[in-house]
Amino acid sequence: MPVKDVGLVDQGVVNPVEPFLRSDRMPHIWCPGCGIGTTVNCFARALIESKIDLQSLALVSGIGCTGRVAGYVKLDSFHTTHGRAIPFATGLKLANPKLNVVVYSGDGDLSAIGGNHLIHAARRNIDLKVICVNNLIYAMTGGQTAPTTPGHATTSTNPYGTFEPAFNLPHLVEAAGAVYVARWTTFHVRQLARSIGEAFQKKGFSFIEVISPCPTLYQRRNKMGDGLDTMKYYKEQSKTRHGAPTSEVGLTLKGEIIVGKFVDRDRPDYQTMMRAQYVEALGERFVEAPEMVCS
Amino acid sequence: MKADPRGVLTGVHFIDGDHACCEGALAAGARFAAGYPITPSTEVVERFAARVPTVGGTFIQMEDELAASITLQGAVWGGAKAFTVTSGPGFSLMMEHIGYAAMTETPCVFVDVQRGGPSTGLPTLPAQADMMQARWGSHGDYEIIALCPNSPQECFDLTIKAFNLAEEFRVPVMFMMDEVVGHMTEKVVIPPADEIEVTPRRHTHKAVEDYLPYQTNGDMVPEMAHAGEGYRFHVTGLTHDERGYPNMTPQTQDKLVRRLQNKVRAATDRIAMFEEEQLEGADVVVVSYGITSRVAQRAIDVARERGMRVGKLRLITAWPFPENKIRELAAEVKAFVVPELNLGQMVREVERAADGRAKTYPVSHAGGGVHNPEEILRVIVEASRCR
Repeated sequence: MPVKDVGLVDQGVVNPVEPFLRSDRMPHIWCPGCGIGTTVNCFARALIESKIDLQSLALVSGIGCTGRVAGYVKLDSFHTTHGRAIPFATGLKLANPKLNVVVYSGDGDLSAIGGNHLIHAARRNIDLKVICVNNLIYAMTGGQTAPTTPGHATTSTNPYGTFEPAFNLPHLVEAAGAVYVARWTTFHVRQLARSIGEAFQKKGFSFIEVISPCPTLYQRRNKMGDGLDTMKYYKEQSKTRHGAPTSEVGLTLKGEIIVGKFVDRDRPDYQTMMRAQYVEALGERFVEAPEMVCS
Repeated sequence: MKADPRGVLTGVHFIDGDHACCEGALAAGARFAAGYPITPSTEVVERFAARVPTVGGTFIQMEDELAASITLQGAVWGGAKAFTVTSGPGFSLMMEHIGYAAMTETPCVFVDVQRGGPSTGLPTLPAQADMMQARWGSHGDYEIIALCPNSPQECFDLTIKAFNLAEEFRVPVMFMMDEVVGHMTEKVVIPPADEIEVTPRRHTHKAVEDYLPYQTNGDMVPEMAHAGEGYRFHVTGLTHDERGYPNMTPQTQDKLVRRLQNKVRAATDRIAMFEEEQLEGADVVVVSYGITSRVAQRAIDVARERGMRVGKLRLITAWPFPENKIRELAAEVKAFVVPELNLGQMVREVERAADGRAKTYPVSHAGGGVHNPEEILRVIVEASRCR
C-alpha cells in the first residue's frame, strides 16, 4: 500500500525523540546498518517513559563510534578522551550529586583503554548509568581486534583470526561490584529501553551492554551479512535468561547470545558511604558539601 | 571577590610547601581534588583529604593519574574549582588531559612537585626537569600558564594566584614546585579571608537561547556554563566551533587553535611575575626560579661582595615565558647566568629571547640535590669576564 501523506509535518508533528537530539548536527556519522542509532532511540524512549528531568541529566562519552553519541544528544554532553568517560563522569557526579550522569560509550573505550576505570567505578559503586554499545570491534579506526572480539573472528589486526580470550563484560562488572547488569541486542529495542529506565531507578553503578552490529567491518569481514542479516541472527540466536549467572554469558563468534537482566542488587553507593563515614568520624565537624557551583 | 572564609586557615603557621599549597587551594575556593599517591607530592592531597570534609567538599583518590587528571575536569564542569597533584611519572600520565583542559578551556590547576627523572628517577629528591614538559608535554599547539614558588609562603600565595589565573584565562595552570620547596618547613602567614582576592568563574549571564559555549568577545576567553543549569551544551576535545560542535576543517582549526594560544600570549606581560634586584647597571643577570633561586642568592651575594655588578631576575611565572623582560635586559647586560636543576631547559628560552645580544651561560645540575653556590659563582665570574 502506498504511503499516504497525511500532512504530519504541516501539522507540526515531530518524532517523539526529536527533543532529545541535536537535529542541527544531522546527518550523523554512523554507517547504514549500524546499531548505535537504534540504541540512542531506545535511550530517548527510556527518558520519555521515565520522565527524567532533562536539565538534570548529563551524558558523557569517550572516543569511538559510540563516543559520538554525546555530540548528538541535546543534553549537557561531554565528549571526553579515549577511555576516560567514567572518571570524567565521576568528577561531574561528585561535584553535583543532583545530576543524573550517563556514560555512553563503546566496548573498546570502556573495557580496553578505560578498563581500569570501569572496574574501579563499579567497585566504588559510583552512581553512574553506563551504556556500553558492544560491536565486538574497534570500528572508528577500521576494524581492529577489541578485548571483546570473540575467538576466531577475523579483524584487520588478526587477519588469520583472533585467538585471545575475550572479556565477558557482564561477568567483569558484576565481579567488580555493579548493582545492575543487563545485556540486550539492538534487536531488543523495548527490552533495552525498559532496562535503561530500570537503571535510572537504581542508585549505584549500573551497566547495560548492548550487542550491536558493525556491518561495515565486523559483519562483513566475518561473512555475517548486512545489518538485516544481523537482526535475524540476533532474533534467532538470542536467549533471554534473566538472572543467568554472568559466568555463563560469554559470547562466541556465531553462537547463542544470552540476554536479559543478570544482576539487580542493592548496596550503598559511593556518596552515601562517604557521607556516612565522615559523619561517624567527624561528628559535628563534618560540613556537608554545599553546592559547589562557584558563581 | 573575596575568599570564602570557611577555606581560609587565617594565622601564622610553621608548615611545609606541600601543606601550604593545600591551604592555598582551599583559600582559593578549591573544593574538589582528585589524586593518586606519588612522592614527593602526596602530602598536598593528604592534607586536603583531612581538611575538605570540614570545609564542605570532596577528595577522591583515583585508580591512576589518567583518571585523576580527568575526574577533576568533570568536577569543574559540575561547578567546582578543582585540582590535582602529582610528580614526574604521574605528570607524564596527565599530559593527555592537560591537552583536554586546554582544548575544552577547563579552568583547573595541576600541581607538579618535581623530582629527578627520567622515568622513576629519584622519587625523594629534587629536580626542575619538568619545565619543558609543563609547556609542551601534550600534543598539538596550546598555551598554558606555569608558576614557580620558591618558599612555603609562596606555595600558599601562588596557589591562589594559580587558581585565579586558571579562571581568568580558562586554561590549565601548572604549579611547578620542586621536592625541596615541597618538603621545606617555614613560616607561612595566612591572611584573613577578606584580604584574599579570588577570581570567580567566568559564568555566563546569557539566556539559554543566546548562549554559545565557545563564543568570545574582545578578550578571547569564552563564558562558561555548568552541567545541570539548563544550557544543554556540548563539550568536545575535537576541533569545534562556537557552538561547541565538532567542525574539522582547517579554517575552524586555525581560528580555534590560534585563539587558544593568543588568549594567553597576548597577556604575557600582564601574567609575568618576577622578582628583580639590582638589574640597573648590572653586567651579569642571574635568571633562576624555584629552589635554585635561593641557592643562587648566595652566589649573587658573594659575587657582589667581590665587586661584581650582578643583577637578579627570579622567574615566578615560567610560562608564558616573559621574553620581553629578557629582551630588554639583553640590550643592557653582558650576560645571563641560568642555574637550574636540569641539563638546560629554561636557559634555552633565555637564550632565544636574548637573541645574541647578551651571552647565556647555563649552570646545569642533573638533580638529586641543589647546586653548590660555588658552581654558580664560578659561572658568574666567567660570565662577568666575557666581552
